Amino acid sequence: MSYAFDNGKELLELCENENITIAEVMIRREMERSEESREKIVNEMYLNLKVMEKSIHIGLEENQQTMTGLAGNNAEKLYAYAEKANMGQDMARVCAAAMAVTEVNASMGEIVATPTAGASGVLPAVLVMNSEKHGFTDRDLVNGLFAAGAIGIIIAKNASISGAEGGCQAEIGSGSAMAAAALAELCGAKPEACLDAAAIALKNIMGLVCDPVAGLVECPCIKRNAMGAANAVLAADMVLAGIKSIIPFDETVAAMYNVGKMMNSDLRETSRGGLAATKTAKEISARIKA
Amino acid sequence: MKDFSVFDIIGPRMVGPSSSHTAGAVRIGLVARSFIKGHISSVEITLYGSFADTGRGHGTDRAIVAGILGVEPDDPRIKYSMLLAKSEDMAVTVNYSHEPTDHPNTARIKVTGDDNKSFTIVGISIGGGNIRIIEINGMEVSFGGDYPTLIAFYNDVPGVISKVSTVLAAMNINIAFMRVFRQAKRKEACMVIETDAIINGEVLDVLSNCVEEIAEVCAI
Repeated sequence: MSYAFDNGKELLELCENENITIAEVMIRREMERSEESREKIVNEMYLNLKVMEKSIHIGLEENQQTMTGLAGNNAEKLYAYAEKANMGQDMARVCAAAMAVTEVNASMGEIVATPTAGASGVLPAVLVMNSEKHGFTDRDLVNGLFAAGAIGIIIAKNASISGAEGGCQAEIGSGSAMAAAALAELCGAKPEACLDAAAIALKNIMGLVCDPVAGLVECPCIKRNAMGAANAVLAADMVLAGIKSIIPFDETVAAMYNVGKMMNSDLRETSRGGLAATKTAKEISARIKA
Repeated sequence: MKDFSVFDIIGPRMVGPSSSHTAGAVRIGLVARSFIKGHISSVEITLYGSFADTGRGHGTDRAIVAGILGVEPDDPRIKYSMLLAKSEDMAVTVNYSHEPTDHPNTARIKVTGDDNKSFTIVGISIGGGNIRIIEINGMEVSFGGDYPTLIAFYNDVPGVISKVSTVLAAMNINIAFMRVFRQAKRKEACMVIETDAIINGEVLDVLSNCVEEIAEVCAI
């Protein structure tokens, strides 16, 4: 049989037919597609996990000098403050880790694009920073990454994961939806609820524009990774509490695609609109180019 | 609908900040490197469009230099490639141009070897770390560098293509894609062959010895 799926409905059918998780469907699909062994595919994902963990640790511990000096070292500040955070220590640490990875990215450090470099902080932060609390093993985390990948593939096929095509909703929005579903699955949610978590996360970020100051993956991207991570945790908690998404996942992705189509190109990674067009952004841009 | 691998979504592992402006730029540099056999004494890089506007902040210049030095897109040494170039005695010049180009992420790279022989390529970064080489020494070409690639410069006379494919068949190398480009009839031409197997130095030696019309052959 084939484990190929084009949308959430088909993914759910595959899960239900064999009573397996989203992660397991994704692993079987990759085996079928690449004609490689399970061991090889799982090991490749494990290598991704290790780079993700390393990027969190480096970002939280070492002084990150971004290429322009525009951003950097904010992850450390939030992490140090976490105990007093109004959102609670756990959530503050997740957000700090998301910023850490994106600061490493902006400093020419090694990251894993999930789904893009600009959104690379969300998924690692949400999974890795919640692993201690839940006792997730490396195997669990690798499964979480496969589950996240399945959600990302559906979005890439039916909408977009590129800021130039769909705005920030396609990058941080996708990353957040992927992380929400993955966390929900690792916490025991059924596949249908995991898709609801992805839908809820996407709904909250729908329409967000891609407007990087001076065209760089720094402002507002780094802070938006923290926001995307918090949003993912919230969406996962909602479904784990029994809340459903009123609009189904597939329809949400279709809406996201349509919103991306309606978005003026000034708001899709061209740095001609949004925050990139503000007075301060223009001054920064002129300074960097000089 | 494209058939995505899970590793298109969770991956690649790369040095930031940008898949197009950093990782793709490294790959263009890696292609430029392969034209020179031996030590590269100097490189001249010209960045256009978005590469010129945001290249400093994305480290596009360092990324291309890293590629020319043989550093891969996931290697943290990309950040320090200018120092690496100095220690490897490779002179680097970077120009930022406002001349219009068809693609926003365009780089022109001239690499010169110790024998003063130089090659100039034009590469574009088309997103997600994917690239295309669109020009070699003024000749329009098109390939992505996703497969092992053999590039041969030769005199445009009948029979060269069959000689090359005979050599490759004899060495058990399967051709995946093959295209020829030329400046004019019976002038210098260029053959781009993408293969399934890696092309080693032996294949290059055999080709340049057995096919006399070939002036230059290199592998990417």
